[in-house]
Amino acid sequence: MSERIGMEIALAAAEAVALCKPDVVAAYPITPNTHIPEHLSDIVAEGRLDADFICVESEHSALSACCGASGAGARTFTATSSQGLLYMAEIVPIVSAMRLPVVMAIGNRALSGPINIWNDHSDIMSQRDTGWISLFAADGQESVDMMIQAFRIAEHRDVMLPVNINLDGFQLTHVVEPMMMPDQKEVDRFLPAYKPYAALHPDNIVSMGALAMPDIFNEAMQAKDHVLINSKEVILDVWKEWEEQFGRKYEPIGAYRMDGAEIALLTMGSMGDTAEVAIDELREKGVKAGLLKLKLWRPFPTEELLKAVKGLKTLVVIDRAVSFGGPGAPVCSEIKAALYDQKERPLITNYIIGLGGRDVVVTDFVKMVQQAIGPQKKKPAKAYEIYGVRGS
Amino acid sequence: MIEIRWHGRGGQGAVTSVETLALAAIGEGQYAQGFPSFGPERRGAPVAAFNRIDDKKIRVRSGIYNPDVVIVLDSSLMALVNVAEGLKPEGVLIVNTAKSPEEVKKETGFKGTVATVDASKIAREEMGVPITNTTMIGAVVKATGLVKIESVKEPLKKRFGRIAQKNINAMERAYRELKIAK
Repeated sequence: MSERIGMEIALAAAEAVALCKPDVVAAYPITPNTHIPEHLSDIVAEGRLDADFICVESEHSALSACCGASGAGARTFTATSSQGLLYMAEIVPIVSAMRLPVVMAIGNRALSGPINIWNDHSDIMSQRDTGWISLFAADGQESVDMMIQAFRIAEHRDVMLPVNINLDGFQLTHVVEPMMMPDQKEVDRFLPAYKPYAALHPDNIVSMGALAMPDIFNEAMQAKDHVLINSKEVILDVWKEWEEQFGRKYEPIGAYRMDGAEIALLTMGSMGDTAEVAIDELREKGVKAGLLKLKLWRPFPTEELLKAVKGLKTLVVIDRAVSFGGPGAPVCSEIKAALYDQKERPLITNYIIGLGGRDVVVTDFVKMVQQAIGPQKKKPAKAYEIYGVRGS
Repeated sequence: MIEIRWHGRGGQGAVTSVETLALAAIGEGQYAQGFPSFGPERRGAPVAAFNRIDDKKIRVRSGIYNPDVVIVLDSSLMALVNVAEGLKPEGVLIVNTAKSPEEVKKETGFKGTVATVDASKIAREEMGVPITNTTMIGAVVKATGLVKIESVKEPLKKRFGRIAQKNINAMERAYRELKIAK
């Protein structure tokens, strides 16, 4: 039976990973994800989890060790943040190309510089196009649930891809709150033992990560793209099964008070909860506002997006990263591209907020919506605006 | 929803305080958040930590600027930090000090409810150390009634094992000895 517990979200995420019985955990500590591998090493030391915990000397080694362990058929987990993810970058696309179901938690943190240890989404955005499945958790419960879902999705025979689960650093990782924690029996029922399609073994020689010449590279990249696109079907199935077993619903784009909405905010990660409160306030003032919460970043849920924005006059896309010199911030650019071919599409306003841990309060969301529907002169002059910059 | 800000110095255990209070509330079936002021901490430097407690799911994840309750673990901070900043006029200020609530009212200029207890003395006598983070929970419970004192014991036992009882004794003494001025 699941139990209602109170726990720091990072520790709860580690407990959820332990319930998935990984064979190998390799990680190098970096704020703010550190408590996840730290707590897993405690669980291994206490004898509650029979796993090899590899204390590597860097993140590059962490993901390399995971790559090798997963290639040998081990269920494998790692976690990182910010520069740690950048230091892994050389290995990140290799893991997906080798179709290895490594699961990685990312405690999202700004990229340096200037050096900053607080939350935004610039770390994961730097690794967007590497072929991993990418999920965003909005609260502690989703952080726990997505860890378990991730192994099931990653190891599915039609997927065999690595998955990263994004937890806003500090805003989620360092908060104690209540969650339902599944028990071992429930997780065992949901997540069968890992049976690798192929595994490195001296008695049964296979080649992984071989060279691909130009005459096969287009095909290899198309295959990588197809498998990621097709993984959405499995993700939806796994989420449906999760809902049946645990009663908690997961969708690529969650909706809050979208009935009759003319304007909607779209957020990713932990901002969604705070934005809900803003939507309540706006509705009380008679503004027909709703909220869309993007949980599945890759594969991008285009179909679900088209349905979600139907009938909307205005969409306010909230980003937590900058695409320097680009036409818009990362999430908004994707949404505009996805909607370009549509005859009817909402006006889109793009705000970038909460960079490097800058606090975002309920009234910020209220103001952004009011500006987006207000007189033309109050709309951002450019395609996007970094909200709340002093002196602008 | 009740919002709480704790003031302490790095190493005095304010993070343990917010975690314990959150766990006590969650154990009662309430909803709660406990979180530190995000970022690096230095021993001895002024730090803050935060709680939210409600009977329904808490959705706000921003910082706390207008708390209902402020707790001061170390009264020497009051010369450095405006501990009453943003505190709601109808809120409660709870300070670890040998001074009376009336004296603290004068010092801070805060006109709402002020409560004081000499938690350092209690902690020294009950635990042999001047660490007041668990002792002060007794004061908070008395002044606010947010959780039952019984509900705090379980998380303390889990956290402190064989030395939990000393923490519980100190907490219960602070509960009894707290002086409140409305």
